[in-house]
Amino acid sequence: MGLMAVDQTHLLSKMATGDGHGEASSYFDGWKAYDKNPFHPTQNPNGVIQMGLAENQLTSDLVEDWILNNPQASICTPEGINDFRDIANFQDYHGLPEFRNAVAKFMSRTRGNRVKFDPDRIVMSGGATGAHEVTAFCLADPGDAFLVPIPYYPGFDRDLRWRTGAQLVPVMCDSSNNFKLTRQALEDAYEKAKRDNIRVKGLLITNPSNPLGTIMDRNTLRTVVSFINEKRIHLVCDEIYAATVFGHQNFISIAEILEEDTDLECDRNLVHIVYSLSKDMGFPGFRVGIIYSYNDAVVNCARKMSSFGLVSTQTQYLLASMLSDDEFVERFLAESANRLAQRYRVFTGELMNVGIKCLQSNAGLFVWMDLRHLLKTPTLESEMELWRVIIHEVKINVSPGSSFHCTEPGWFRVCYANMEDMAVQIALQRIRTFVLQNKEVMVANKKQCWQSSLRLSLRKSRRFEEISMSPHSPIPQSPLVKATI
Amino acid sequence: MGIEIEQPCVELSNVAVSETHGEDSPYFAGWKAYDENPYDELSNPSGVIQMGLAENQVSFDLLEKYLEEHPEASTWGKGAPGFRENALFQDYHGLKTFRTAMATFMEKVRGGRVKFDPQRVVLTAGATAANELLTFILANPGDALLVPTPYYPGFDRDLRWRTGVNIVPIHCDSLNNFQITPEALECAYKDAEAMNFKVRGVLITNPSNPLGITIPRSVLEEILDFVTRKNIHLVSDEIYSGSVFSSSEFTSVAEILEGREYKNAERVHIVYSLSKDLGLPGFRVGTIYSYNDKVVTTARRMSSFTLISSQTQHLLASMLSDEKFTENYIETNRERLRKRYEMIIEGLRSAGIECLKGNAGLFCWMNMSPLLEKPTREGELKLWNAILHQVKLNISPGSSCHSSEPGWFRVCFANMTEHTLEIALQRIRHFVERIRTQTESV
Repeated sequence: MGLMAVDQTHLLSKMATGDGHGEASSYFDGWKAYDKNPFHPTQNPNGVIQMGLAENQLTSDLVEDWILNNPQASICTPEGINDFRDIANFQDYHGLPEFRNAVAKFMSRTRGNRVKFDPDRIVMSGGATGAHEVTAFCLADPGDAFLVPIPYYPGFDRDLRWRTGAQLVPVMCDSSNNFKLTRQALEDAYEKAKRDNIRVKGLLITNPSNPLGTIMDRNTLRTVVSFINEKRIHLVCDEIYAATVFGHQNFISIAEILEEDTDLECDRNLVHIVYSLSKDMGFPGFRVGIIYSYNDAVVNCARKMSSFGLVSTQTQYLLASMLSDDEFVERFLAESANRLAQRYRVFTGELMNVGIKCLQSNAGLFVWMDLRHLLKTPTLESEMELWRVIIHEVKINVSPGSSFHCTEPGWFRVCYANMEDMAVQIALQRIRTFVLQNKEVMVANKKQCWQSSLRLSLRKSRRFEEISMSPHSPIPQSPLVKATI
Repeated sequence: MGIEIEQPCVELSNVAVSETHGEDSPYFAGWKAYDENPYDELSNPSGVIQMGLAENQVSFDLLEKYLEEHPEASTWGKGAPGFRENALFQDYHGLKTFRTAMATFMEKVRGGRVKFDPQRVVLTAGATAANELLTFILANPGDALLVPTPYYPGFDRDLRWRTGVNIVPIHCDSLNNFQITPEALECAYKDAEAMNFKVRGVLITNPSNPLGITIPRSVLEEILDFVTRKNIHLVSDEIYSGSVFSSSEFTSVAEILEGREYKNAERVHIVYSLSKDLGLPGFRVGTIYSYNDKVVTTARRMSSFTLISSQTQHLLASMLSDEKFTENYIETNRERLRKRYEMIIEGLRSAGIECLKGNAGLFCWMNMSPLLEKPTREGELKLWNAILHQVKLNISPGSSCHSSEPGWFRVCFANMTEHTLEIALQRIRHFVERIRTQTESV
């Protein structure tokens, strides 16, 4: 179009010219390698396998079946066209009542029907991304802070801070107790913020955890509740992975603590849940985010703000129908849990065979893999070096723990639910090969320092410098699909 | 749930407790009256007729027909092979087919007089989000945008609420048919300076809401010159561009830029949406078209908070790529709106009420100042109340649109059947007659 490249930056806001969009994180760099050379079972079997993307693709077939059998749920089919006009015209930010009802029911079901949700407290948003931002706008002023246990999902840096001006204060968790959240860590973080003159407005927990894949036990949840109640700060619970729980341990929602643990004192006005269908149902494209608050003022405010990110009524209508189909939902949730459990077993079992341990977990779409024993030195630099090797030599995109603000180098999040069985097998094969190669190399160079042994195994791979993998390299085509995970 | 609602002791944010969401305006109060007693031809013929809602319901049948004939647009085809990819697709670049279709549609709406590059199309969930997003990008908290009055009441929320940005009015009045003048622009700029606000841009709506008129080419040129001189941005909300009664009467700012070979174009940004032209407000389809690369990149990143459902993108990509359909739709829709407009103007005229001569939009700008008891804002609101509760019509008082002259009202005509419009016009006629009789007998 021949536009002049005039100095434009001074004309834009600070928000626009800053880094608050968060894309400079190493979290996104691995995707560049994947984008340049994406794995395909037949067309590109040597490409990079994408394991940095927390998507749930294991149950799409069940949903597809349902859609085929329920044409009336789409307002654009002959069976459903009679509702087209009203639905396309409906822009009330309360949302379709049948949609809210269906979501409330679904949320209840994913928590084993142990607790009920009030459809009038359900507020829509543009995905959980939008939900988190709206919640932050409602609860915090610029400069205020949320405590967040580390490691945490990198998107929070953008969602909670970029346009709101809020801050995040980390709550330390580490492997010494399997990254469990402790009262002491909460207190320490809170006191440090106070010393730094930062006003803490809330605590944000993700349960089940991203990236750990673990669920919080009842005691931890109770600790959290009494902590926020005592400090008079808000509690935001991101339960986006609620239905990805498998195995014997039950997921406990914060809603259950409020309903059942009546011995625990808690001002309900402090508690808010963020939810979405992106992970549990595998619909990230549909942008279904939910804010569920026990605080009327927050519900009202968030609802007004939802004007900036409503769910398309076409989608509301479809999902209202789908999620009200009790038989389908029961079957879906059970099958989904089975398939996730199966995938987890296969993946972690094989990793164990080559001496790679993962944090024990029973939820999420990923594992928290322990590669500390493969690090040259227990430093961030070593973690990044190892990560580059994994991307370029092993050709798997995994996410380095540092991008989740983990303070212990050597942990990696590996997603396993976004691919076919075969791709999983190939990924495992590559990992096996890599580990065995390294073992041989280690044995052969026992007396040499770790550094040179790594150099040997790297001889076959491209030099680091050839690939601009610095965490600050600009991304010409933002790998968005991944950018919101 | 039966939970006792206690007063929250822990504070919410300043943004949360402020009233900048704007819902206390009479603009919305009228809707409450409507909600409580909505008109229905059969079941509630004496209810409140909704004329405060700028919706386009005159061309739904065209959309329905398209969908009936093209099931593949929405059902992901036989066997639902595209479902998985579609449901997973959350790339903030948006579906390429959809972006391309949007660009093509926007070109068609402008009679093919200008080209749009799909790479510059950023998708947002509605124009509401688009306007807010642009404000976040172009201005810092405390800065100001200049907006000609009268303007769409939603701007008070969209441009100011969470952004912390101020609106400084560019005053327009009936003396010159509410046109924007260079003097008014300069005046507004000085007003902002006097209030210590840094002006970051001008935001115009073309065609105008609530005036229902297009901005003449010469005025657009003046506005462009003004923003260039002051080195600020220009946002052109062209959400009603497909609702112009005659295609030749609308000039998009894009056409002026193309004519100037895109010199200084990087300060111009266009907002569009399918909510008015296609009558699909529920689907939340908004776009930002910017000539500024950095704005495109940043807006795209920010759109993460407000993406369009991929299901909807898929449906509309199909529909908007069908050139036969879109050409027919645009022409037919235009014609029906024009007829509707003529009907309401004639009906009002026969009741002795004049409107601003309009040529676009889903509403007319009605002059009721002769009927005011007092030529003040209070006088206007008194009349508005009477119209709402006695005549049972929800129309929007000019003061809610920040009009500086009392007595003007925005009246929507495209969100109802012709029959309902007839009834509304009858009610207005009777009301005006009653007032005139009362005045005469005093």
